[in-house]
Amino acid sequence: MHEFRVQVGPAAFRIGSAWREPLAQMAELYRDYPQPEFTDFSVRLEPTGLLRRWLRPSVAICGDYMLPDAAPLPLAQGLLAAEMAMNLQMALGWRRHLLLHASAVERDGRVLVMTGQSGSGKSTLSALLGSRGWRFMGDEFVLLDPVSGDAVPFPRLISLKNSAIAAMQAVKPDGHFGPLLAGTPKGDIRHLVPPGDAIARMGQGGAPALLLFPRFGYPGEVREVAPGETFMRLTQASTNYVALGEAGFTTLTRFVRSVPSRAIDYQSGEEAVALVEQLWERLA
Amino acid sequence: MNRDAMLLVDALRNPATTRNLDAQGWTELLSMARAEQLLGTLAERFKIESVPPKVAEILAEARVNADYLRRSALWEADCARRVLAGFGGKVVLLKGTAYVAAGLKAGEGRSIGDLDILVARDDLPQVEAALLAAGWEWVKPDPYDDAYYRDHMHELPPLIHKLRDRMIDVHHTILPLTARRRPDARAMLADANCLPSRLREGPGEGQSNSRHISDPPLTAVASHRLRLPASGRGGLYTLSPPDMVCHSAAHLFADGELDGGLRNLWDIHCLLGQFSSAEFWVQLRSRASLHQLSEPVERAVRLAHQLYGTQIPKDWAGWHRQDKWYVARLTARDGWGRPTRKFIRLLFYIRSHWLRMPPLMLARHLWVKWRKG
Repeated sequence: MHEFRVQVGPAAFRIGSAWREPLAQMAELYRDYPQPEFTDFSVRLEPTGLLRRWLRPSVAICGDYMLPDAAPLPLAQGLLAAEMAMNLQMALGWRRHLLLHASAVERDGRVLVMTGQSGSGKSTLSALLGSRGWRFMGDEFVLLDPVSGDAVPFPRLISLKNSAIAAMQAVKPDGHFGPLLAGTPKGDIRHLVPPGDAIARMGQGGAPALLLFPRFGYPGEVREVAPGETFMRLTQASTNYVALGEAGFTTLTRFVRSVPSRAIDYQSGEEAVALVEQLWERLA
Repeated sequence: MNRDAMLLVDALRNPATTRNLDAQGWTELLSMARAEQLLGTLAERFKIESVPPKVAEILAEARVNADYLRRSALWEADCARRVLAGFGGKVVLLKGTAYVAAGLKAGEGRSIGDLDILVARDDLPQVEAALLAAGWEWVKPDPYDDAYYRDHMHELPPLIHKLRDRMIDVHHTILPLTARRRPDARAMLADANCLPSRLREGPGEGQSNSRHISDPPLTAVASHRLRLPASGRGGLYTLSPPDMVCHSAAHLFADGELDGGLRNLWDIHCLLGQFSSAEFWVQLRSRASLHQLSEPVERAVRLAHQLYGTQIPKDWAGWHRQDKWYVARLTARDGWGRPTRKFIRLLFYIRSHWLRMPPLMLARHLWVKWRKG
């Protein structure tokens, strides 16, 4: 078993693989991240059958926490398999923070959190803002500290899908991109290494100051969201709200009470950035 | 790398054995514990043992998770209790839910999945109808599976609650009807004890969590409780101490392929330690014989002693020459949490089917399953 270790924010991962290639790709993309001695989670990329190491290699996604019906991926998508497995460990195993399925960026020590369904553009938007004077904190999970209420970064590789790939390449022609993974279950995927400050400051959280529910593909609009609705949507966006019990409830109510929220519709990245800057100026 | 889960067994038996572990050793131990569903148990065992700070964070997290599992198991038990409140027979909680409901040591930090209950076989139609009317539905709508469960199994086909997404297994005995051993479910129900009127919820408060068999029935303790009616009618029950051990041993050694065996054996270790008295060991012997479970119960006692250091009477000690295969199967897990010893696993897999049904029936069953893909 080949092995690679990486620290992302507060979580340390040990990734084992029957094949060298996916780990070589990870080592290259995660080269600026710390390599911890002690790890919180183990992830394994294993052949799905006896011969599947060599013959039409097929990667089963295994680890400390597994989904019984997780579909295997071809070896060419091994990097994606590892990323999915790491996310799964966080979603099913992390209990130290309230986990929100959201992206986040920071400015002046204050944090903008963006949440929404897959395809809402929260990931691309966070990457875009990360190249416009904001510090990128993560495009998948935002971790809320139950004691301080701070948002803690989890700046893993940015996962760009389909049309977002070309859009980000246009914005960051010199960006550090991973290989193009074509035809995955979620379409084409290409990973982008977060900016240097995102990695260098991944131990530093900040106070949440604004929550947005972005939605891509609709004419520009800003709507108020009532606190009750915000609360309910965030319970659905959290993978461990129920498991944390009372701590989850107090952390989330504090967040909803102290952070203004808006839903925004947009049709282009430029439009979204302009909307975000306006709202940040006015509300945060 | 550690090639088997003896590392985990040692850590559970005596936390001090981990004092010289380095980061790699800890990583492997934690992976094994997760794979064997014993991380919460390990966290309980290490409450007063000092561990590296990074490990302490993971164990604290495991305690949060165990509290959640305990809370949801008791909640689910209470949901079933409310639905079956009008039902006259006993509803006996089994396994993990029973351990936490009774405040037993075996429940501390334990991972709990489905809700398992035992009712009289004659009462199945009534219980089934009540559950279906209250939002539970069949997991496997396949007619062959359904008929198979009803004709040959010790439980109804699994039901899942459509809103809460939680499974319930309704047992009428503790081994498949096709198995050679025939435990006396009627006697188990007759001897089942009524739980106190309030089920504890949330983590235990210090020492109040452990209980001795000589203690009077549990009295209401501390905060966070679920309300239960005071009398037996409409309340919940647990098996008597010797039957609880018989059931756990039957589950471990007379059924299935020993998956999760280290956890089941830990349950047995805790039950024996807590129930132990001269009288208990005599009762255990006679109940095991009544249920045709002498061999699995004796094996469970021997192996709990061998692996976890359970204190057992001299006449239960000893070593059977097949025990080493059981130990090899139980500890077949490496430092990545991967299953190892494929051949021994295969043998126990075959054995599980052999125990479950006579050869001709097995052949027919496999044939139907194969044709259905």
